[in-house]
Amino acid sequence: MAENTVISIQDVHKTYVLSSKPSFWARITGRTQAEKRLEVLKGVDLDIHRGETVVILGSSGSGKSTLLRCINKLETIEGGRIYVNGHLIGYEEKDGQLVAEKPSLTAKKRTDIGFVFQHFNLFLNKTALGNVMAPLRDVKGLSAADARKKALPNLEMVGLGDRAENFPSRLSGGQKQRVAIARALAMEPSVMLFDEPTSALDPELVGEVLSVIKKIAQQGTTMAIVTHEMQFAREIADRIVIMDQGVIVEQGHPEAIFTNPQHPKTRALLKRSGIVPPQDK
Amino acid sequence: MDFINNTLAVFPALIGAVPVVLQLALGAMALALVLGLLVALARISNFKILRAISTVYVEVLRGTPLLVQLVYIFFVLPSVGVEIEPIPAGILGLGLNYAAYLSEVFRSAILSVEHGQTEAALSLGYTPNKTLWKVVIPQSFVVSMGPIGNYFIAMIKDTALASVIAVTEILKTANILNSQTFQTTAIYTAAALLYLIISLPLSRIVIVLERKARAIG
Repeated sequence: MAENTVISIQDVHKTYVLSSKPSFWARITGRTQAEKRLEVLKGVDLDIHRGETVVILGSSGSGKSTLLRCINKLETIEGGRIYVNGHLIGYEEKDGQLVAEKPSLTAKKRTDIGFVFQHFNLFLNKTALGNVMAPLRDVKGLSAADARKKALPNLEMVGLGDRAENFPSRLSGGQKQRVAIARALAMEPSVMLFDEPTSALDPELVGEVLSVIKKIAQQGTTMAIVTHEMQFAREIADRIVIMDQGVIVEQGHPEAIFTNPQHPKTRALLKRSGIVPPQDK
Repeated sequence: MDFINNTLAVFPALIGAVPVVLQLALGAMALALVLGLLVALARISNFKILRAISTVYVEVLRGTPLLVQLVYIFFVLPSVGVEIEPIPAGILGLGLNYAAYLSEVFRSAILSVEHGQTEAALSLGYTPNKTLWKVVIPQSFVVSMGPIGNYFIAMIKDTALASVIAVTEILKTANILNSQTFQTTAIYTAAALLYLIISLPLSRIVIVLERKARAIG
């Protein structure tokens, strides 16, 4: 592993079991149903380096969100390894096998990984400021005064210093997402993961969230972003990764991907987004 | 006119029993809240044995009359050497019974907290335990505030059942008064009104709490 590698994903496999419970009819007839399995990640390798902004693109069902969720173990994996800053995430290795580690160890490693959800997931019973302060107090053990001191600049950074006392129910979607970003940033993680951060927003609110993400990228934060915003991806990414059906089909510099895509799936994806590569014209 | 005057004249004698009612209700509610939450957690736990015990507890306590449970605690337990004073026996009986009902309130409230809240907490480095106590349970309280309030009002009225185990609450006081003066109509009307005077303001408070909870959620 190179020294400046923050995230190292090695041959990761993930399968969803869709119907593990036999149906009522299967049970009374004694006929067991074949389990429906969906292999969403079929051996993914990806290294993300310090300060790098990687944007993962792909059609829905390509496994890009699942991959992101595996990085901080919101999903289990069946095979492969994921390292963040050299620490194996979510598992211990025993005789070459993955064994689930103690949840408290996973929790500790997660404090180093910021995650921003599509649906914001703000704590509904806390104000904007309360949301940013909560993990600082509950996880990092800061006093209320110290947590406040740390939370406020982060809220100001996302442009919501004046909304500190508002509950989520009184914030717009864009504002909620900016609070969620501030909450993750305040923990000072070494990497930020964004899972379709603007997909649940009204079109006119997308811009304010993207500009906050750009600002964070300019500060040299290591980031992985799953998005459908092609133009944004082109502007912000140091590297674009294209996923299709559980594997990475192509990756490279955004200009190379957008102007000279190699893989047919990449070309199809760009076409669907209204971007026609020069060679196809 | 006589009826109204007689009723009013009985009040001072009954009001002395109000502190007993409050003592019963507050004590039993405290017990029911703590025990109810524990039972709810047991019912959703990973351990089969905890789930089984708590399920049996809820089914037994909800499936038998509160009146019978009170009688059992006060009259049957002494035969195995456990003697409990009337008021503590009343608190215990009411508390154990309401814990069964409140556990269902807590259980469904905990399960109703969106999974996204749990994921957010986990992603920020909360351990599963901290996620439960710092994120999920506080939010479930917001949801359960209204039902808890309603159960508290119901409990105030159910304290009348403690009259059969020698607790001199409002009904028992009324019974004693009645056997002395035979002003049956005035006495029991006053008793009924007294319960109403206690519970009406409480139901107003519950409505306000529910409105507040909705504003947050």
